[in-house]
Amino acid sequence: MNIEIKNGRVIDPKHGVDQHHTSLFVAEGTVIGMGATPAGFVADQTIDATGCVVCPGLIDLGARLNSIEAELAAAVAGGVTSVVVPPDADPPLDEPELADRLVHRGDEIGKARVLPLGALTLGLKGERLAELAGLKKAGCVAFSQANKPVVDTEALLRAMEYAATFDFAVWLQPQDYWLSRNGIAHEGEVASRLGLAGIPVAAETIAIGTIIQLVRITGCRVHLTRISSAAGMQLVHRAQHDGLPITCDVGVHHLLLTENDIGYFNPHARFCPPLRAQEDRQALSDSVAAGWAAICSDHTPVGADDKLLPFGEAKPGATGLEVLLPLTLKWAEAAQVDLPTALARITAMPARVLGSSAGSLAVGTNADICVFDPAATWQLAPEALKSRGKNSPWQGYMMSGQVRATLVGGRMVYQAQQ
Amino acid sequence: MHNPQLNKHGELAHLLSIEGLPKAILNQILDTAESFMEVSAREVKKVPLLRGKSVFNLFFENSTRTRTTFEIAAKRLSADVINLDINKSSTAKGETLLDTIDNLCAMHANLFVVRHASSGAPYLIAEHLQRTGRDDIHVVNAGDGRHAHPTQGLLDMYTIRHYKKDFTQLRVAIVGDILHSRVARSDIHALTTLGVPEVRAIGPETLLPKYMDKLGVHVFHDMNEGLKDCDVIIMLRLQNERMNGALLPSAGEYFRHYGLTPQKLALAKPDAIVMHPGPMNRGVEIHSAVADGAQAVILPQVTFGIAVRMAVMSIVAGN
Repeated sequence: MNIEIKNGRVIDPKHGVDQHHTSLFVAEGTVIGMGATPAGFVADQTIDATGCVVCPGLIDLGARLNSIEAELAAAVAGGVTSVVVPPDADPPLDEPELADRLVHRGDEIGKARVLPLGALTLGLKGERLAELAGLKKAGCVAFSQANKPVVDTEALLRAMEYAATFDFAVWLQPQDYWLSRNGIAHEGEVASRLGLAGIPVAAETIAIGTIIQLVRITGCRVHLTRISSAAGMQLVHRAQHDGLPITCDVGVHHLLLTENDIGYFNPHARFCPPLRAQEDRQALSDSVAAGWAAICSDHTPVGADDKLLPFGEAKPGATGLEVLLPLTLKWAEAAQVDLPTALARITAMPARVLGSSAGSLAVGTNADICVFDPAATWQLAPEALKSRGKNSPWQGYMMSGQVRATLVGGRMVYQAQQ
Repeated sequence: MHNPQLNKHGELAHLLSIEGLPKAILNQILDTAESFMEVSAREVKKVPLLRGKSVFNLFFENSTRTRTTFEIAAKRLSADVINLDINKSSTAKGETLLDTIDNLCAMHANLFVVRHASSGAPYLIAEHLQRTGRDDIHVVNAGDGRHAHPTQGLLDMYTIRHYKKDFTQLRVAIVGDILHSRVARSDIHALTTLGVPEVRAIGPETLLPKYMDKLGVHVFHDMNEGLKDCDVIIMLRLQNERMNGALLPSAGEYFRHYGLTPQKLALAKPDAIVMHPGPMNRGVEIHSAVADGAQAVILPQVTFGIAVRMAVMSIVAGN
């Protein structure tokens, strides 16, 4: 099908494109041109993008798909066309058949692309290696422990050596097991005041330090997920500066919220890693603006009952797929980051982490496209979300930026009702 | 941010924490408690303020002393008191905290006295009651996790006011396991709100929360230095499970450095009072000669506690 997306502001951060009142042309699943109508092109469908931004579909480096159908519908409603799924599902994604089934199910649903992370170790227990090559063959894009630390450093070393053998990337959320196992909030002023057991910044920096040393030894490509502290980000940046093959991301909530948002024990402000101090949030924001880290949603749908509990008993995490774009825009506005740069952090940069050609609008690439109205506002209410996860610290808040249409491989997979 | 303890008129609807309460409300509670002291001295120790009301003691964590004093206080206010030992009942069957609350509301509870192992649990209950439009049901926090034990904090303030009259000239030391202590947090907020110019926290680094200075507290690791010229010494209980492991090497070493002995007490002002929320570990945090000595006011604290809890329950139920 031939689609013309006309009269939008076309932004392709990867190629430095930012053109107003421009048309984008899609045929047979790929982008075939921009600006002037390609010779012989006749549109079967036209999307009027007047007042809208047309950009590559968002690539979310971390989203849990507990009820896959609802969550993939949420993804495309949020403009997300590729979803990296951590392996901490039930059961954990530690066998090729499970990965195969997940990918197959994703294809069947036909919304966002599903890019699973295979479990690095069996059952995510951090002891025995999972069948990495088998998982890779089944469609896993990299290997991860989700947020379960590998306690045994030798096991981590061996896992990274083995992954490096096949040039597989390993994704790790840096969190020292011992320093984080009892904690429920950032070890800071708020935790001291509220009597919440703390997770010190050192839980993150010690783990990063260990991982960096292991990267030096093994040469394994590592992506560090959900960096939460200024000191942690400094370590990562220094390692990148030294030329180590390390990338990282930050959860979008950590760019906007701090420990103070816990308020009176608000369970929606419980995250893993925890929301940290204002200085940390500022440093994360500066680092993302500077291009050291990508942004992800860390989408974690949690049932209402699992949040209606005292802070320390509530499950951590927030719904993210449908707020990744508006929250990124909110961050960009607050941090005075221009729109193409902000969009790069959720398109081109995650694509680079994945080593994928997605995240661009270049002629010949897959037509994974997001059309959104940056000025449209909507209220975050449970019924406004397609995700089963209604858990959000932004409940009741107005969001700026609304997706009008989402294309995956040139197919319209979401169109907002006018 | 809306303070869930206060109703729209700024009056105390629930007592969840000392933090965030204005000085006027603290004084109102202490003054009301003073008027109730006389009730406990009568032959018929009752006033009819909560007649016909049901007070549910919801203790998700074991306690004898606090529960008993709440029970006595509620009975002196003529309330019907129902004690629920939650450990052995509903939650063991998988019922959630808020389901339990809804069920008890259906039994026409008027006031919940809640103790819970999780910091913030009473807030969850109070917000739930507010969300579901049950503004006439009140919550009193009887200790939540490490967070707060506001009635203990208030009875400590009552005790200090009783013996020292004026808060604004005092130097108060809190000694021991402040990290795990809800009593210490409530005391710190109460003392700073009531205008105590110097609050000291004394203990080893492993038992002190980080960022104590942000709470307006001066930290001392050396007890001899910390007790110098203090007017009030609040000793904290050291839980048995803290005594071995990575926090402390042994009860003996703790006592040598942070146990209150007559020698150390002599460093404080001669008329200093010694307080303890109980139950005491003699020979661990306090020497018997001090616990039983002339400067100890540990038993009067317990008596004052009943009047303070009567005051709190009558005030919240009246608002």
